[in-house]
Amino acid sequence: MRVWPLMKAVAVKDMRTELRSRVAINQVAPYAMIVLFLFAFAIDSDATLTRVAAGLVWMTTLFSMLLVTQRSFEMERADGAMDALLVAGADMRAVFGGKAVALAVQLLFIELLLIFLAVVVCRVEPPVGGLALLAVVVLLTAITLGSVGVLYGGLAAGAKGKETLLPLLILPVVAPVVIAATRATESAFNVGGRKVHEGWAWTGLLGFTAVAFAVVGAVAFPVLVEE
Amino acid sequence: MSMTATSDRAAGVAATGTRFTRYLGAISLLGVALLLLLGLVSTPADQNQGDAVRIMYVHVPTAWIAYLAFVVTAVGSALYLFRRAHSLTWDRIAGASAEIGVLYMGITLVTGSLWGRLTWGVFWEWDARLTTTAFLFVTYIGYLAVRRLGGTHQQRARRSAVVALLAVLEIPLVHLSVKLWASLHQEPTVLRAGDVKMDGLMLFTLFWGVIVFTLVFVWMLMHRQRLMFMEDTFDDTGLEKAIAERRSEGGTS
Repeated sequence: MRVWPLMKAVAVKDMRTELRSRVAINQVAPYAMIVLFLFAFAIDSDATLTRVAAGLVWMTTLFSMLLVTQRSFEMERADGAMDALLVAGADMRAVFGGKAVALAVQLLFIELLLIFLAVVVCRVEPPVGGLALLAVVVLLTAITLGSVGVLYGGLAAGAKGKETLLPLLILPVVAPVVIAATRATESAFNVGGRKVHEGWAWTGLLGFTAVAFAVVGAVAFPVLVEE
Repeated sequence: MSMTATSDRAAGVAATGTRFTRYLGAISLLGVALLLLLGLVSTPADQNQGDAVRIMYVHVPTAWIAYLAFVVTAVGSALYLFRRAHSLTWDRIAGASAEIGVLYMGITLVTGSLWGRLTWGVFWEWDARLTTTAFLFVTYIGYLAVRRLGGTHQQRARRSAVVALLAVLEIPLVHLSVKLWASLHQEPTVLRAGDVKMDGLMLFTLFWGVIVFTLVFVWMLMHRQRLMFMEDTFDDTGLEKAIAERRSEGGTS
Protein backbone atom coordinates (compact mmCIF):
# COMPACT_ATOMS: atom_id res chain seq x y z
CA MET A 1 0.00 0.00 0.00
CA ARG A 2 1.24 3.49 -0.78
CA VAL A 3 2.24 5.89 2.00
CA TRP A 4 -0.77 8.22 2.15
CA PRO A 5 -3.53 5.57 1.96
CA LEU A 6 -1.72 3.46 4.58
CA MET A 7 -1.27 6.50 6.84
CA LYS A 8 -4.97 7.28 6.54
CA ALA A 9 -5.91 3.64 7.18
CA VAL A 10 -3.78 3.48 10.36
CA ALA A 11 -5.13 6.82 11.63
CA VAL A 12 -8.75 5.79 10.98
CA LYS A 13 -8.15 2.38 12.57
CA ASP A 14 -6.68 3.95 15.74
CA MET A 15 -9.46 6.52 16.03
CA ARG A 16 -12.16 3.93 15.36
CA THR A 17 -10.68 1.65 18.05
CA GLU A 18 -10.63 4.62 20.41
CA LEU A 19 -14.25 5.53 19.66
CA ARG A 20 -15.32 1.95 20.36
CA SER A 21 -13.31 1.47 23.54
CA ARG A 22 -13.79 5.07 24.72
CA VAL A 23 -10.68 4.93 26.90
CA ALA A 24 -9.79 8.58 26.20
CA ILE A 25 -13.29 9.76 27.03
CA ASN A 26 -14.06 7.43 29.94
CA GLN A 27 -10.66 7.23 31.59
CA VAL A 28 -8.07 9.73 30.36
CA ALA A 29 -10.40 12.78 30.32
CA PRO A 30 -11.63 12.21 33.91
CA TYR A 31 -8.00 11.62 34.91
CA ALA A 32 -6.98 14.97 33.38
CA MET A 33 -9.90 16.64 35.16
CA ILE A 34 -8.99 15.27 38.57
CA VAL A 35 -5.31 16.19 38.13
CA LEU A 36 -6.34 19.80 37.43
CA PHE A 37 -8.60 19.81 40.50
CA LEU A 38 -5.85 18.39 42.71
CA PHE A 39 -3.45 21.08 41.45
CA ALA A 40 -6.10 23.64 42.46
CA PHE A 41 -6.35 22.12 45.97
CA ALA A 42 -2.55 22.09 46.32
CA ILE A 43 -2.18 25.72 45.17
CA ASP A 44 -5.10 26.86 47.32
CA SER A 45 -5.17 30.48 46.17
CA ASP A 46 -7.54 31.96 43.58
CA ALA A 47 -5.08 34.59 42.42
CA THR A 48 -2.19 32.13 42.10
CA LEU A 49 -4.43 29.60 40.36
CA THR A 50 -5.38 32.15 37.71
CA ARG A 51 -1.72 33.09 37.27
CA VAL A 52 -0.52 29.50 36.81
CA ALA A 53 -3.57 28.20 34.90
CA ALA A 54 -1.70 28.02 31.56
CA GLY A 55 1.11 25.95 33.07
CA LEU A 56 -1.39 23.60 34.72
CA VAL A 57 -3.19 23.01 31.42
CA TRP A 58 0.02 21.94 29.68
CA MET A 59 1.44 19.90 32.55
CA THR A 60 -1.84 18.00 32.80
CA THR A 61 -1.83 17.53 29.02
CA LEU A 62 1.64 15.97 29.30
CA PHE A 63 0.54 13.54 32.02
CA SER A 64 -2.47 12.57 29.92
CA MET A 65 -0.30 12.21 26.84
CA LEU A 66 1.82 9.56 28.58
CA LEU A 67 -1.31 7.50 29.24
CA VAL A 68 -2.70 7.88 25.73
CA THR A 69 0.68 7.02 24.17
CA GLN A 70 1.09 3.83 26.19
CA ARG A 71 -2.46 2.85 25.30
CA SER A 72 -1.78 3.49 21.60
CA PHE A 73 1.09 0.95 21.53
CA GLU A 74 -0.45 -1.57 23.91
CA MET A 75 -3.17 -2.08 21.30
CA GLU A 76 -0.54 -2.81 18.64
CA ARG A 77 1.59 -5.08 20.77
CA ALA A 78 -1.26 -7.04 22.42
CA ASP A 79 -2.28 -8.85 19.23
CA GLY A 80 1.09 -8.63 17.50
CA ALA A 81 -0.35 -6.06 15.08
CA MET A 82 2.94 -4.20 14.74
CA ASP A 83 4.80 -7.42 13.95
CA ALA A 84 2.15 -8.24 11.34
CA LEU A 85 2.62 -4.83 9.73
CA LEU A 86 6.38 -5.36 9.65
CA VAL A 87 6.03 -8.82 8.11
CA ALA A 88 3.59 -7.41 5.56
CA GLY A 89 6.26 -4.93 4.53
CA ALA A 90 4.17 -1.89 5.48
CA ASP A 91 5.94 1.45 5.16
CA MET A 92 6.73 2.36 8.76
CA ARG A 93 6.79 6.07 7.92
CA ALA A 94 3.12 5.77 7.05
CA VAL A 95 2.42 3.82 10.26
CA PHE A 96 4.20 6.57 12.20
CA GLY A 97 2.17 9.29 10.45
CA GLY A 98 -1.14 7.50 10.98
CA LYS A 99 -0.56 6.82 14.65
CA ALA A 100 0.72 10.39 15.20
CA VAL A 101 -2.43 11.84 13.62
CA ALA A 102 -4.68 9.62 15.77
CA LEU A 103 -2.73 10.53 18.91
CA ALA A 104 -2.83 14.24 18.03
CA VAL A 105 -6.63 14.10 17.61
CA GLN A 106 -7.04 12.51 21.05
CA LEU A 107 -4.69 15.07 22.59
CA LEU A 108 -6.59 17.87 20.88
CA PHE A 109 -9.76 16.69 22.60
CA ILE A 110 -8.00 16.58 26.01
CA GLU A 111 -6.40 20.01 25.49
CA LEU A 112 -9.75 21.62 24.66
CA LEU A 113 -11.34 20.00 27.71
CA LEU A 114 -8.53 21.29 29.94
CA ILE A 115 -8.78 24.83 28.54
CA PHE A 116 -12.53 24.79 29.18
CA LEU A 117 -11.83 23.61 32.77
CA ALA A 118 -9.20 26.33 33.20
CA VAL A 119 -11.81 28.94 32.29
CA VAL A 120 -14.30 27.45 34.75
CA VAL A 121 -12.06 26.40 37.64
CA CYS A 122 -9.07 28.75 37.39
CA ARG A 123 -11.24 31.77 36.49
CA VAL A 124 -9.29 32.84 33.44
CA GLU A 125 -11.14 34.99 30.94
CA PRO A 126 -9.49 34.82 27.52
CA PRO A 127 -10.29 37.86 25.37
CA VAL A 128 -11.86 37.24 21.96
CA GLY A 129 -8.53 38.07 20.30
CA GLY A 130 -6.87 35.36 22.37
CA LEU A 131 -9.07 32.59 20.97
CA ALA A 132 -7.33 32.52 17.58
CA LEU A 133 -3.94 32.34 19.31
CA LEU A 134 -5.25 29.58 21.57
CA ALA A 135 -6.50 27.60 18.55
CA VAL A 136 -3.07 27.75 16.84
CA VAL A 137 -1.23 26.82 20.05
CA VAL A 138 -3.54 23.88 20.76
CA LEU A 139 -3.18 22.55 17.20
CA LEU A 140 0.61 22.88 16.96
CA THR A 141 1.13 21.38 20.42
CA ALA A 142 -1.11 18.41 19.60
CA ILE A 143 0.89 17.74 16.40
CA THR A 144 4.23 17.93 18.25
CA LEU A 145 3.15 15.80 21.19
CA GLY A 146 1.55 13.28 18.82
CA SER A 147 4.84 12.86 16.91
CA VAL A 148 7.00 12.69 20.05
CA GLY A 149 4.57 10.25 21.68
CA VAL A 150 4.59 7.83 18.74
CA LEU A 151 8.37 8.05 18.27
CA TYR A 152 9.26 7.24 21.87
CA GLY A 153 6.17 5.09 22.44
CA GLY A 154 7.33 2.83 19.60
CA LEU A 155 10.75 2.59 21.19
CA ALA A 156 9.47 1.72 24.66
CA ALA A 157 6.61 -0.54 23.53
CA GLY A 158 7.03 -4.11 24.65
CA ALA A 159 10.03 -3.23 26.83
CA LYS A 160 10.31 -4.18 30.45
CA GLY A 161 9.52 -1.17 32.65
CA LYS A 162 8.03 0.81 29.75
CA GLU A 163 5.69 2.65 32.14
CA THR A 164 8.64 4.36 33.80
CA LEU A 165 10.90 4.54 30.76
CA LEU A 166 8.45 6.47 28.60
CA PRO A 167 8.18 9.55 30.88
CA LEU A 168 11.96 9.54 31.33
CA LEU A 169 12.45 9.71 27.56
CA ILE A 170 9.59 12.01 26.64
CA LEU A 171 9.54 14.69 29.34
CA PRO A 172 13.01 16.20 28.69
CA VAL A 173 12.29 16.28 24.95
CA VAL A 174 9.02 18.17 25.30
CA ALA A 175 10.42 20.87 27.59
CA PRO A 176 10.60 23.44 24.73
CA VAL A 177 6.98 22.66 23.81
CA VAL A 178 5.77 23.16 27.39
CA ILE A 179 7.67 26.44 27.69
CA ALA A 180 6.39 27.85 24.41
CA ALA A 181 2.82 26.59 24.85
CA THR A 182 2.60 27.92 28.42
CA ARG A 183 3.90 31.37 27.53
CA ALA A 184 1.63 31.64 24.50
CA THR A 185 -1.38 30.45 26.51
CA GLU A 186 -0.63 33.00 29.24
CA SER A 187 -0.87 35.66 26.56
CA ALA A 188 -4.08 34.16 25.19
CA PHE A 189 -5.52 34.06 28.74
CA ASN A 190 -4.31 37.63 29.31
CA VAL A 191 -2.70 36.75 32.64
CA GLY A 192 0.63 37.71 34.22
CA GLY A 193 0.56 41.07 32.44
CA ARG A 194 1.06 39.38 29.06
CA LYS A 195 -0.77 40.73 26.03
CA VAL A 196 -2.26 38.59 23.27
CA HIS A 197 0.12 39.90 20.58
CA GLU A 198 3.15 38.82 22.66
CA GLY A 199 1.99 35.21 22.48
CA TRP A 200 2.25 34.95 18.69
CA ALA A 201 6.06 35.00 18.91
CA TRP A 202 5.98 31.65 20.74
CA THR A 203 3.96 30.01 17.97
CA GLY A 204 7.09 30.23 15.81
CA LEU A 205 8.92 27.88 18.19
CA LEU A 206 5.84 25.64 18.39
CA GLY A 207 5.59 25.51 14.60
CA PHE A 208 9.27 24.62 14.33
CA THR A 209 8.98 21.79 16.90
CA ALA A 210 5.84 20.48 15.16
CA VAL A 211 7.63 20.23 11.80
CA ALA A 212 10.95 19.04 13.29
CA PHE A 213 9.47 16.20 15.34
CA ALA A 214 7.16 15.10 12.52
CA VAL A 215 10.10 14.88 10.09
CA VAL A 216 12.60 13.38 12.56
CA GLY A 217 9.94 10.94 13.78
CA ALA A 218 9.16 9.76 10.24
CA VAL A 219 12.89 9.13 9.64
CA ALA A 220 13.75 7.57 13.02
CA PHE A 221 10.60 5.51 13.71
CA PRO A 222 11.27 2.86 11.02
CA VAL A 223 14.82 2.38 12.34
CA LEU A 224 13.50 1.88 15.87
CA VAL A 225 10.74 -0.61 15.10
CA GLU A 226 12.18 -2.54 12.13
CA GLU A 227 14.12 -5.09 14.15
CA MET B 1 39.05 -16.13 18.67
CA SER B 2 38.72 -19.73 19.84
CA MET B 3 35.84 -20.84 22.01
CA THR B 4 38.15 -21.52 24.98
CA ALA B 5 39.82 -18.16 24.73
CA THR B 6 36.41 -16.48 24.48
CA SER B 7 35.17 -18.34 27.55
CA ASP B 8 38.33 -17.45 29.46
CA ARG B 9 37.97 -13.76 28.67
CA ALA B 10 34.29 -13.83 29.51
CA ALA B 11 34.99 -15.70 32.75
CA GLY B 12 37.22 -12.86 33.86
CA VAL B 13 40.59 -14.48 33.27
CA ALA B 14 41.52 -11.70 30.87
CA ALA B 15 41.56 -8.22 32.37
CA THR B 16 40.42 -4.95 30.84
CA GLY B 17 43.82 -3.37 31.41
CA THR B 18 46.78 -3.19 29.06
CA ARG B 19 50.23 -1.72 29.53
CA PHE B 20 48.94 1.55 28.05
CA THR B 21 45.95 1.81 30.41
CA ARG B 22 48.16 1.00 33.39
CA TYR B 23 50.53 3.86 32.48
CA LEU B 24 47.55 6.10 31.79
CA GLY B 25 46.00 5.18 35.15
CA ALA B 26 49.23 5.92 36.99
CA ILE B 27 49.66 9.27 35.21
CA SER B 28 46.00 10.15 35.93
CA LEU B 29 46.45 9.32 39.62
CA LEU B 30 49.54 11.53 39.84
CA GLY B 31 47.64 14.24 37.99
CA VAL B 32 44.75 14.08 40.45
CA ALA B 33 47.20 14.28 43.37
CA LEU B 34 48.79 17.38 41.85
CA LEU B 35 45.36 18.89 41.19
CA LEU B 36 44.41 18.37 44.84
CA LEU B 37 47.67 20.01 45.94
CA LEU B 38 47.22 22.95 43.58
CA GLY B 39 43.50 23.37 44.21
CA LEU B 40 43.45 22.98 47.97
CA VAL B 41 46.88 24.30 49.04
CA SER B 42 48.87 26.27 46.46
CA THR B 43 46.23 28.49 44.88
CA PRO B 44 45.04 31.53 46.82
CA ALA B 45 41.47 32.08 48.02
CA ASP B 46 39.39 34.47 45.89
CA GLN B 47 38.91 38.05 47.06
CA ASN B 48 35.13 37.86 46.78
CA GLN B 49 34.35 34.16 46.99
CA GLY B 50 36.98 33.05 49.50
CA ASP B 51 37.75 29.32 49.56
CA ALA B 52 34.53 28.57 47.65
CA VAL B 53 36.42 29.31 44.42
CA ARG B 54 38.27 26.00 44.85
CA ILE B 55 35.08 24.20 43.74
CA MET B 56 35.75 25.67 40.30
CA TYR B 57 38.73 23.34 39.76
CA VAL B 58 36.35 20.37 39.75
CA HIS B 59 33.13 22.00 38.53
CA VAL B 60 34.38 23.55 35.27
CA PRO B 61 36.53 20.60 34.06
CA THR B 62 33.80 18.02 34.78
CA ALA B 63 31.26 20.17 32.90
CA TRP B 64 33.53 20.49 29.85
CA ILE B 65 34.46 16.81 29.79
CA ALA B 66 30.82 15.77 30.28
CA TYR B 67 29.93 17.68 27.11
CA LEU B 68 32.95 16.09 25.38
CA ALA B 69 31.70 12.67 26.51
CA PHE B 70 28.28 13.32 24.97
CA VAL B 71 29.95 14.43 21.73
CA VAL B 72 31.89 11.14 21.73
CA THR B 73 28.59 9.30 22.28
CA ALA B 74 27.02 11.09 19.31
CA VAL B 75 30.03 10.44 17.06
CA GLY B 76 30.19 6.76 18.13
CA SER B 77 26.45 6.38 17.49
CA ALA B 78 26.68 8.02 14.06
CA LEU B 79 29.66 5.84 13.10
CA TYR B 80 27.77 2.73 14.18
CA LEU B 81 24.59 3.70 12.34
CA PHE B 82 26.00 5.09 9.11
CA ARG B 83 28.98 2.80 8.45
CA ARG B 84 28.23 -0.38 6.57
CA ALA B 85 29.99 -2.68 9.02
CA HIS B 86 27.71 -1.60 11.95
CA SER B 87 30.60 -2.37 14.29
CA LEU B 88 29.56 -2.90 17.91
CA THR B 89 32.85 -1.32 19.00
CA TRP B 90 31.43 2.11 18.11
CA ASP B 91 28.28 1.29 20.05
CA ARG B 92 30.28 0.26 23.12
CA ILE B 93 32.40 3.42 22.92
CA ALA B 94 29.18 5.48 22.70
CA GLY B 95 27.63 3.68 25.67
CA ALA B 96 30.77 3.83 27.82
CA SER B 97 31.23 7.51 27.04
CA ALA B 98 27.61 8.30 27.98
CA GLU B 99 28.01 6.52 31.33
CA ILE B 100 31.09 8.58 32.18
CA GLY B 101 29.39 11.73 30.85
CA VAL B 102 26.43 11.17 33.18
CA LEU B 103 28.83 10.65 36.10
CA TYR B 104 30.75 13.85 35.27
CA MET B 105 27.56 15.82 34.73
CA GLY B 106 26.23 14.61 38.08
CA ILE B 107 29.43 15.92 39.70
CA THR B 108 29.00 19.21 37.77
CA LEU B 109 25.44 19.67 39.02
CA VAL B 110 26.28 18.86 42.66
CA THR B 111 29.40 21.04 42.76
CA GLY B 112 27.57 23.80 40.86
CA SER B 113 24.73 23.84 43.39
CA LEU B 114 27.17 24.04 46.29
CA TRP B 115 29.18 26.78 44.60
CA GLY B 116 26.00 28.70 43.76
CA ARG B 117 24.82 28.55 47.36
CA LEU B 118 28.13 29.90 48.60
CA THR B 119 28.52 32.68 46.02
CA TRP B 120 24.98 33.64 44.92
CA GLY B 121 23.09 32.54 48.04
CA VAL B 122 20.97 30.03 46.11
CA PHE B 123 21.46 26.37 45.20
CA TRP B 124 19.79 26.81 41.84
CA GLU B 125 19.38 29.61 39.34
CA TRP B 126 17.05 29.36 36.32
CA ASP B 127 19.84 30.17 33.94
CA ALA B 128 19.67 28.70 30.41
CA ARG B 129 23.03 26.95 30.62
CA LEU B 130 22.30 25.44 34.03
CA THR B 131 18.82 24.28 33.09
CA THR B 132 20.00 22.78 29.79
CA THR B 133 22.69 20.89 31.72
CA ALA B 134 20.05 19.44 34.06
CA PHE B 135 17.87 18.39 31.11
CA LEU B 136 20.87 16.83 29.42
CA PHE B 137 21.65 14.85 32.57
CA VAL B 138 18.13 13.37 32.61
CA THR B 139 18.17 12.78 28.83
CA TYR B 140 21.34 10.68 29.02
CA ILE B 141 20.02 8.75 32.02
CA GLY B 142 17.15 7.89 29.65
CA TYR B 143 19.70 6.90 26.98
CA LEU B 144 21.39 4.54 29.44
CA ALA B 145 17.97 3.06 30.32
CA VAL B 146 17.36 2.42 26.60
CA ARG B 147 20.67 0.53 26.41
CA ARG B 148 19.34 -1.84 29.06
CA LEU B 149 16.09 -2.67 27.28
CA GLY B 150 17.32 -6.09 26.22
CA GLY B 151 17.30 -7.82 22.84
CA THR B 152 20.32 -8.62 20.70
CA HIS B 153 23.47 -6.50 20.78
CA GLN B 154 22.67 -5.12 17.33
CA GLN B 155 19.14 -4.16 18.46
CA ARG B 156 20.58 -2.40 21.50
CA ALA B 157 23.13 -0.60 19.35
CA ARG B 158 20.58 0.53 16.78
CA ARG B 159 18.01 1.77 19.31
CA SER B 160 20.52 3.59 21.46
CA ALA B 161 22.27 5.15 18.44
CA VAL B 162 18.98 6.69 17.30
CA VAL B 163 18.22 7.96 20.83
CA ALA B 164 21.73 9.44 21.11
CA LEU B 165 21.34 11.31 17.82
CA LEU B 166 17.89 12.56 18.87
CA ALA B 167 19.45 13.80 22.11
CA VAL B 168 21.99 15.83 20.10
CA LEU B 169 19.17 17.47 18.15
CA GLU B 170 17.36 18.20 21.39
CA ILE B 171 20.24 20.12 23.03
CA PRO B 172 20.03 23.37 20.98
CA LEU B 173 16.22 23.32 21.08
CA VAL B 174 16.09 23.00 24.87
CA HIS B 175 18.82 25.61 25.27
CA LEU B 176 17.05 28.11 23.00
CA SER B 177 13.65 27.66 24.64
CA VAL B 178 15.04 27.91 28.18
CA LYS B 179 17.04 30.99 27.17
CA LEU B 180 13.92 32.68 25.80
CA TRP B 181 11.97 31.65 28.89
CA ALA B 182 14.70 32.75 31.33
CA SER B 183 14.95 36.15 29.63
CA LEU B 184 11.48 36.87 30.98
CA HIS B 185 12.53 36.03 34.51
CA GLN B 186 13.76 38.51 37.07
CA GLU B 187 17.43 38.16 37.90
CA PRO B 188 18.11 36.82 41.42
CA THR B 189 18.47 39.67 43.85
CA VAL B 190 21.25 38.01 45.83
CA LEU B 191 24.73 39.43 45.92
CA ARG B 192 26.73 38.40 42.88
CA ALA B 193 30.45 37.93 42.96
CA GLY B 194 30.93 39.54 39.58
CA ASP B 195 33.43 38.39 36.99
CA VAL B 196 36.13 36.22 38.39
CA LYS B 197 39.59 37.63 37.83
CA MET B 198 42.07 34.82 38.06
CA ASP B 199 45.76 34.95 38.73
CA GLY B 200 48.16 32.80 36.73
CA LEU B 201 48.29 29.85 39.14
CA MET B 202 44.50 29.71 39.40
CA LEU B 203 44.18 29.66 35.63
CA PHE B 204 46.89 26.98 35.37
CA THR B 205 45.10 24.86 38.00
CA LEU B 206 41.85 25.18 36.09
CA PHE B 207 43.44 23.97 32.85
CA TRP B 208 45.35 21.29 34.75
CA GLY B 209 41.95 20.11 36.01
CA VAL B 210 40.70 19.88 32.42
CA ILE B 211 43.75 17.79 31.41
CA VAL B 212 43.47 15.49 34.43
CA PHE B 213 39.73 14.91 34.05
CA THR B 214 40.27 14.21 30.33
CA LEU B 215 42.92 11.60 31.18
CA VAL B 216 40.61 10.00 33.75
CA PHE B 217 37.81 10.04 31.15
CA VAL B 218 39.97 8.27 28.55
CA TRP B 219 41.20 5.75 31.15
CA MET B 220 37.65 4.93 32.28
CA LEU B 221 36.38 4.85 28.69
CA MET B 222 38.96 2.25 27.65
CA HIS B 223 38.25 0.02 30.64
CA ARG B 224 34.48 0.34 30.38
CA GLN B 225 34.44 -0.30 26.64
CA ARG B 226 36.49 -3.47 27.11
CA LEU B 227 34.28 -4.56 30.00
CA MET B 228 31.25 -4.11 27.74
CA PHE B 229 32.98 -6.24 25.10
CA MET B 230 33.50 -8.97 27.71
CA GLU B 231 29.86 -8.73 28.83
CA ASP B 232 28.69 -9.05 25.21
CA THR B 233 31.05 -11.98 24.64
CA PHE B 234 29.79 -13.63 27.81
CA ASP B 235 26.19 -13.25 26.59
CA ASP B 236 27.09 -14.74 23.20
CA THR B 237 29.01 -17.70 24.59
CA GLY B 238 26.24 -18.32 27.12
CA LEU B 239 23.77 -18.62 24.27
CA GLU B 240 26.11 -20.78 22.18
CA LYS B 241 26.69 -23.06 25.18
CA ALA B 242 22.96 -23.41 25.83
CA ILE B 243 22.31 -24.28 22.15
CA ALA B 244 25.13 -26.86 22.23
CA GLU B 245 23.69 -28.41 25.39
CA ARG B 246 20.18 -28.66 23.89
CA ARG B 247 21.67 -30.24 20.76
CA SER B 248 23.60 -32.79 22.77
CA GLU B 249 20.46 -33.58 24.80
CA GLY B 250 18.60 -34.09 21.53
CA GLY B 251 21.37 -36.35 20.27
CA THR B 252 21.48 -38.57 23.37
CA SER B 253 17.73 -39.01 23.81
